[in-house]
Amino acid sequence: MHDERDVFKIEAQTTEAPHSSGATLSGAGTDPASQSGSNSVRSLPNADRPKASEDRTKIKKSMVWDFKSRGEPFLWPFGGALVIGIFMIIGFLVLIIYNGILTFYPGPIEVVSLRDGSVLAGELTRLERFRPSSKDLEQLPEEVQNQIAAQKGFATRQLYHTGNFDLYDEDYRWISNFDITEVTRPTDIFFLERMEWGPFIGTIKSLDLNGRIISKGDLTLDKLRREQQEAARRRNLLHYLERNEIGAINYYLEKGRLELRKLELRYGADSPTYQEASKDINNDAVSLESRYQDLSKEAAGIRDNDERYTITLADVAGREKTMKLSNIVRMYPANVLTVPQRLGVYFSRWREFLTQEPREANTEGGVLPAIFGTFCMTILMAVAVAPFGVVAALYLREYAKQGRLVSLVRICVNNLAGVPSIVYGVFGLGFLAYMLGTTIDNIFFPERLPTPTFGTGGLLWASLTLALLTVPVVIVATEEALAAVPQSLREGSLACGASKWQTIKYIVLPRAMPGIMTGLILAMARGAGEVAPLMLVGVVKMAPELPIDGLFPYLHLERSFMHLGFHIYDLGFQSRNAEAAKPMVYVTTLLLITLVFVMNIASVMLRNRLRRKFFAGHF
Amino acid sequence: MNRIADEPNSTVYHVKGGRQGALLIVENFNLWYGPTQALFDVNMTVEKGLVTALIGPSGCGKSTLLRSINRMNDLIDGLVTTGKMLLDGADIYSPEIDVIGLRKAMGMVFQKPNPFPMSIADNVCYPLRVEGINDKKILQNTIESALKSAALWDEVSDRLQGNALGLSGGQQQRLCIARAIAANPEVLLMDEPCSALDPVATAKIEDLIDELRGQYTIMIVTHNMQQAARVSDNTAFMYLGKLIEYGETSRIFTNPKVAKTMDYVTGRFG
Repeated sequence: MHDERDVFKIEAQTTEAPHSSGATLSGAGTDPASQSGSNSVRSLPNADRPKASEDRTKIKKSMVWDFKSRGEPFLWPFGGALVIGIFMIIGFLVLIIYNGILTFYPGPIEVVSLRDGSVLAGELTRLERFRPSSKDLEQLPEEVQNQIAAQKGFATRQLYHTGNFDLYDEDYRWISNFDITEVTRPTDIFFLERMEWGPFIGTIKSLDLNGRIISKGDLTLDKLRREQQEAARRRNLLHYLERNEIGAINYYLEKGRLELRKLELRYGADSPTYQEASKDINNDAVSLESRYQDLSKEAAGIRDNDERYTITLADVAGREKTMKLSNIVRMYPANVLTVPQRLGVYFSRWREFLTQEPREANTEGGVLPAIFGTFCMTILMAVAVAPFGVVAALYLREYAKQGRLVSLVRICVNNLAGVPSIVYGVFGLGFLAYMLGTTIDNIFFPERLPTPTFGTGGLLWASLTLALLTVPVVIVATEEALAAVPQSLREGSLACGASKWQTIKYIVLPRAMPGIMTGLILAMARGAGEVAPLMLVGVVKMAPELPIDGLFPYLHLERSFMHLGFHIYDLGFQSRNAEAAKPMVYVTTLLLITLVFVMNIASVMLRNRLRRKFFAGHF
Repeated sequence: MNRIADEPNSTVYHVKGGRQGALLIVENFNLWYGPTQALFDVNMTVEKGLVTALIGPSGCGKSTLLRSINRMNDLIDGLVTTGKMLLDGADIYSPEIDVIGLRKAMGMVFQKPNPFPMSIADNVCYPLRVEGINDKKILQNTIESALKSAALWDEVSDRLQGNALGLSGGQQQRLCIARAIAANPEVLLMDEPCSALDPVATAKIEDLIDELRGQYTIMIVTHNMQQAARVSDNTAFMYLGKLIEYGETSRIFTNPKVAKTMDYVTGRFG
């Protein structure tokens, strides 16, 4: 801006120079640079400035550069606002992505000896400067006190992920640096992820394979891994038997009971129909029961067998712990891994995260049910909101007589978008679940009462609540898209003898489709990330079953479900150890952002494709 | 010669009456947009098979009159009409008339080319499609004959499935004409069809109108007096919502009875 000003002033001066007095000419002549064009004039020494300003009187006042003249003062607040906004977005994305991406990467395990003689082992997770209190300082040796004094009273402390919750009652431990006497990275220390109690950090003492004991000396990594995989297979088989096979038997037993109850309600307990059905169903129940016994026996056999395969571990202090081998999910010798091996662990953790169910009160394992629940709910919501919103907008824009009433409706719709989402949750619970759902239960599922079927929160009510929440977005976007369709196209179609509906169907809707899609996807993105209303209408911490499974009617709209947004809340604020859950909070947040981002990108691509089709080469 | 000064109390007619027989008769037609009256007592007989031009300065109601004929004005809220408009003896504004059926009997071409965002072929057979005709053979024949009538066939026959929006402005307007005549209407209404086109494209459209003469009864609104003189058989001059003078084109342009008409056709105002 300074350059611009200088050039402007001096160019004005040089163009006027021939008409001005000789004094100026000779003055300019003394400086050879000033005659060779504005480029060199720009580098005029400051000493020549007063001469230039003498000529300024000849320039029209309005042409003189002024700080206020072109609105430059406003450049700074306007541009600054934008820059702050961009920094906030970038900062937030960088924070989430950085933390989310690094969480699963296995770090080295440090064994730390402390001044009081104790030892601990853990993954270093964080560093922090702090000011020790004077009381603590007094108890420290002179040498350390001096060191801290040299640091202006500050010391450093480190957060170690020590694991071994079953032994220590904590997962993380702060260690002040001045307490540390030695840090080593022994090669025989393992990081073991378990089904229960979180990770174990320590050494492997021995393996008990059904009475055959393999001690530490004879144990190779390969063998260990083989045995662990064998144990994992047993664990999965057991899980399958208990969840799927026995679960199905329970389902059919319950179904039989419900059928019987239905007949009882309809015909009475003394009717021949009921008696007959009761006989049938009892026969079925007997055969199911025997199958159940068989399966339980099989499961018990596997469990007994499984319990004979154990592993004995010891932490760095030497405390031993024996557990089932199948209890171990993943293990690696943290300090001898090569980079590809580390990446292997990293990706296997991601795979587990994306494809497995959560364990350990959601703080570990995967989030598949949450991804699945979010996805199902969002799709159902879109299915509900799209026709509803589009049809409403079509009426408002194409059919309704534009007047005061329609304007009022429009304002109301816009205001609906600003209602706090929890209010929709209350409405969903009170009206949809309790009123509508209870009525449905009374009419269609009386045999299940007093256990509610639709009379409580569930996938359907959650989707409908969110549909209600996002319908203003769809209506507004659709209305705008419809308004953007040129009137001339409508007239052209009507003049061809098309009816109003034909015009809408063939001309208006296809042309407005890109805009409608945009609105719909925006609504989906908003709905996918909404948590507050869902907590009232069907989201749970841990859903026993997915909303879709192999049992008729396959899609279970009445079931409660898990949701990524709620999962984040649950991890961060409802788990037993917030520090332990924090990495998972970031990873889950990253996943949710990615999901929303992918949906937005998909929408933009879809819209561009439609746009190419309908807006190609105008004139 | 004695000219009637300024605005006469009633329209001056030169049409001898029925060279070809009347197709459309307008009787005492008044039209209001809400409180504003746009047409005042229009009486007019449009002859079958001829080209009738509506001329006049901006806002004189010529487009309104044209759009009243296929009731496109119905789209506007608060529209009121009185009087009669008889097409082949049937009153267009009687309650028994089906507006959609009425529009099917008329083709309309608009000021700005408005091809639909679909293929050229789909554009042309749109009027048939909305009527429910899906027979491929009929559609094929219609596409070809309509495009040939609109003098567009040679230019687009190799890309009938191409997007209509890829055509040039003049081609788009001829496509709109092809679309308007695809369903074989009795009347072709043209609302300043050349105002958005360059001179070459305009000449092509004018040639086309000349060729369509006789096949269709054409009504054309135009700002361009030379164009009206070139293409039309009859000309109606309108001013401030009133039909001032109506007669054979040669008569209107060379020897009008009303001074206002004279002023307009000689370019003294407008």
